[in-house]
Amino acid sequence: MSRTLADELSDDAVILGAEAPDWRSAIRIAGDALTASGSTTDEYTAEMIRAVEELGPYIVIAPSIALAHSRPSPAVLKTGISWVSLAHPVEFGHAANDPVRLVVGLAAVDHDSHLTTMSNLAGVLSGDIDSLLEATNPEQLRALIRDNTQ
Amino acid sequence: MKIVAVCGMGIGTSVLLKMNAEKVLRTLGVDADVEAADIGVARGMARDAQIVLTSEEFASEIGDVPAQVIVIDNFFDLEEITTKLKAALPE
Repeated sequence: MSRTLADELSDDAVILGAEAPDWRSAIRIAGDALTASGSTTDEYTAEMIRAVEELGPYIVIAPSIALAHSRPSPAVLKTGISWVSLAHPVEFGHAANDPVRLVVGLAAVDHDSHLTTMSNLAGVLSGDIDSLLEATNPEQLRALIRDNTQ
Repeated sequence: MKIVAVCGMGIGTSVLLKMNAEKVLRTLGVDADVEAADIGVARGMARDAQIVLTSEEFASEIGDVPAQVIVIDNFFDLEEITTKLKAALPE
């Protein structure tokens, strides 16, 4: 069986109640968590920030939720995901979905390896994210995610 | 019917949009092929598509294509996707 979203989120990949003064800091924290969990190098974090500078805040895909990512590159060591809840909501400049309270960092080595995780993510984030944002430790978060993963 | 979901990188937001659009289309009983694409290849792919799904940022960049371009604000809101897709689908 393929790894589910909850399996992907090691303790290093989860930062809860992070303090970020602006969107760049928020993405950097998500990038640092990807690096800490062995998915990426620092260069990928810079690529994620550059993506928003060049393409706009389209990564804010739903109210309160940003999916920080770039594309497969040598800066991606393995496919992975990070989860950063913010202590204070942060403006990304999105017309409909600001401010952001949750930044999910995504790194993929190719176009297919992360599809199970993405499918889980779609299921989990379609529901009520308030309870997910109340998680105070990674184990509690993984349990909540498992409850919401079909 | 061919539908293209477009984002900046082709691995993140367009994949989520593709998955949720497929869910909606199954519910509506519509047979369609949904592909995810990054903005670099989207223009070419959109040429023979009937519908393009994307976010506000990319709608204008897709340019002049025969496909209907639909902007989705909340990628997880199946109701929004359903309403907008229904309006764009042929009777």
